[in-house]
Amino acid sequence: MSDHLDDRLAAKPVSRTRETLQTLMANKLAVAGLIALTILVFVGIFGETIAPYGINEIDIPNRLTGPSGTHWFGTDDLGRDVFSRVIVAARVSLQVGFIAVGFALVVGVPIGLVAGYYRGGIDSFLMRMMDVLFSFPAILLAIAILAVLGPGVGNAMIAIGLVYTPIFARITRGSVLVVSEEVYVRAARSIGAGNRRIIARHILPNVMAPIIVQTTLSLAFAILSEAALSFLGLGVQPPNPAWGRMLAEGRNFFQQAPWMGIFPGLAILVTVMAFNFVGDGLRDALDPKQKSVIESRGQSV
Amino acid sequence: MSGFLVRRILQMLLALLGVSIVVFALMHLVPGDPVRVALGTRFDQDLYDALRERVGLDKPLIQQYFSWLGSAITGDLGVSFRNGQPVTTLIMERLPATITLALAALFIALVVALPAGIISAVRSGTGLDYTVSAASQVGISMPDFWAGVMYILLFSLTLGWLPSSGFAPFGDGIVEWARHLILPALTIGLISGSIITRFVRSAVLEALNQDYVLTARAKGLSEWQVVRRHVLPNAWIPIVTVVGLQLGFLLGGVVVTEVIFAWPGLGRLALTAVKDRDFTVLQGAVLYIAFMFLAINLIVDIIYARLDPRVRVS
Repeated sequence: MSDHLDDRLAAKPVSRTRETLQTLMANKLAVAGLIALTILVFVGIFGETIAPYGINEIDIPNRLTGPSGTHWFGTDDLGRDVFSRVIVAARVSLQVGFIAVGFALVVGVPIGLVAGYYRGGIDSFLMRMMDVLFSFPAILLAIAILAVLGPGVGNAMIAIGLVYTPIFARITRGSVLVVSEEVYVRAARSIGAGNRRIIARHILPNVMAPIIVQTTLSLAFAILSEAALSFLGLGVQPPNPAWGRMLAEGRNFFQQAPWMGIFPGLAILVTVMAFNFVGDGLRDALDPKQKSVIESRGQSV
Repeated sequence: MSGFLVRRILQMLLALLGVSIVVFALMHLVPGDPVRVALGTRFDQDLYDALRERVGLDKPLIQQYFSWLGSAITGDLGVSFRNGQPVTTLIMERLPATITLALAALFIALVVALPAGIISAVRSGTGLDYTVSAASQVGISMPDFWAGVMYILLFSLTLGWLPSSGFAPFGDGIVEWARHLILPALTIGLISGSIITRFVRSAVLEALNQDYVLTARAKGLSEWQVVRRHVLPNAWIPIVTVVGLQLGFLLGGVVVTEVIFAWPGLGRLALTAVKDRDFTVLQGAVLYIAFMFLAINLIVDIIYARLDPRVRVS
């Protein structure tokens, strides 16, 4: 009986989805961001097939040649096609972004749920731990973690994921504190629903909006962080292409071949902007009260 | 106010204790013997024994932590695994360069963001507002290392106006000092400025929509008098907060920027230490930057509480 009643009390987020999509689609910047992201994901999946040249196809006689019909973004110091490398590098950037933010979600959201729901000692303990992680500039913490784990793309994902965990824990906890005072939560408790059930069926669906927005914005800055780490030589290792790494490799040739750095940088800029546009659009549609992209970047680099 | 101050300082000390544990753990989480890893191919038994004894690696972990913490409080952060120099000396040599860069970047950020944000809000919905918003959106999404490299390409390699790297001490003359400082400070200053611009715009817009602004306008004050006397005093609180947050961001930003411009600061020291596996230097640099980060947050909170009494109570 109580289970049946509890089911009826549970949140029904389905009807909101259409409303959210309509608001999102009315936002031109968000639509532009969505289109750019769709292209990016397509490029990320089929990059190696689309790329006109192999990413490590060395062609010394044609090294450092400028953009042309045969090499749209020019060639690098080894004669490799910059366009092909920029396209293929999209995959690793997106992979690092999604896996690192996925890690932060999987660790941060449960911490926030437990801290916000149970409060008291466990809340203080968990949030003080998160405060410690917040006490470091993000990129410095990622560098320090990579000093322990060693450079590499897998470790960069863990480092960025750890850096972003406290953001998700804080946002989730803040929302849980508000939601757990709502009438439907008290009603569920009064009919005997257990804590786990209340968290899973009543709290979590109602704190998803800020988490979804934060996920999109964090993806942008996780990609930015990966590029910075690869630029510093701590992320993706050669000969695999990564936007940050390509920029670092091009530095010595900038006077002769500025395209080696301009195009990978533009790729990062466009990707980050696309995620920001979608994130800002989602925020307006789902959770207008939440602070925007700017706060995320304050914690990002 | 004093109760708030005590509470806030206690919170910072607690966070610092946590930071110290994380920083201490850095060296001990490295797989294998950190001294052996650090020495690598330069392995020498006497040097190895001396460093191990200096770091106290043969003692129990808890004892090592408290002995390290005790020394760190008195300013002794051990010696570099690489060259045997005291870590505190290495840090103190580089601290002024990092602080100079962070403050110069903040100066640029404010010079850009305050007028841009205020004008954008006052002229909200006009072409000027859209231009400022678009520029700040680009700035927010811009990778700092790319911006730095592009500035070098334009202002150093193409136009030849400014040096592409290095640091000139103030003693060499203010012109040389400034010439070396401009590009690295622009690199992080403009990105930070883009973020602050959006905050200033929204804070001013919010204040512009208040009833007292309507009253001021009804009294016949000019738009700029309204902004100066009624809007800005009320928009300061969120602006101070974001400026403080940005100082923390700048401390992170200097790490990458120092590498691009061969700027002899703490960030570059930390990164070199990572590559050299020089864990004592890395610990010291990370500890100092985190300490500055927490101290800035504390100062911002105190200013915030002075400006807005509600904060002290909450």
